[in-house]
Amino acid sequence: MNRVERPLSPHLQVYRPQITSVLSVLHRGTGVTLSLGIFVLLYWLLSIAGGEQAYINAHVVLGSWLFKFFYLGWCFCFFYHLGNGVRHLVWDVGIGFDRGQYRVSGWCVVIFSLIASVSYSLAVIL
Amino acid sequence: MSLVSPLNKVLGLGSAKEGAEHWWVQRLSAVALIPLGLWFAVALAGMEDMTYSSVVEFIRHPVNSILLILALITLTYHSQLGVQVVVEDYVHASTLKVVTIVAVSFTHILVAVAGIFAVLKIALGAAV
Repeated sequence: MNRVERPLSPHLQVYRPQITSVLSVLHRGTGVTLSLGIFVLLYWLLSIAGGEQAYINAHVVLGSWLFKFFYLGWCFCFFYHLGNGVRHLVWDVGIGFDRGQYRVSGWCVVIFSLIASVSYSLAVIL
Repeated sequence: MSLVSPLNKVLGLGSAKEGAEHWWVQRLSAVALIPLGLWFAVALAGMEDMTYSSVVEFIRHPVNSILLILALITLTYHSQLGVQVVVEDYVHASTLKVVTIVAVSFTHILVAVAGIFAVLKIALGAAV
């Protein structure tokens, strides 16, 4: 069967970005990014299990500046996904749906994730 | 007149036969990951250095071994559930969708088992 490629609705690009939609997209994006980070965690654990030389070899990659840069990104993703995840769990019990409340909670998550990730980055990663 | 039997009406599963289960376990794993994730972040921050002997000593501590294995199980499970939804939303061709979901699922199981194996090998292996 020939299917005509008709335009699909809705087009994401016709909507004005709002705190609700942007944070929702960001929740997905950070989630998928964190999923990719599991491979790094696995590589770290396997290298330790492989003995001291394997760990030293892996450290060339895992301790590099490129990976430190990645850790900063994962750090933000972690705190954002954690904060917004708690926001979702609060919604799941039926709290915070009133007009304005979801905006306030959204900005709280943004501020929390920025403060937490910048402090953690400065104190631990860098 | 509805052709749905009274039992199926009460169970309320519809033709998909599932759905609420996925939603529920995603929430449960999310709740479990709050303390586990915070523990891991705090534990990493508390490490004096990242030398081989330090990280081995950290993982060998029974509390840390147990929490790491719990974190690995919960993390890969939660990740599997999340990535699966993303695939379901954006991959439209039905064959490719099924193949991708199976591949995602197998990868997560492989990662979980390999990770747990690594922690056990470090924790139960000969002392450094």
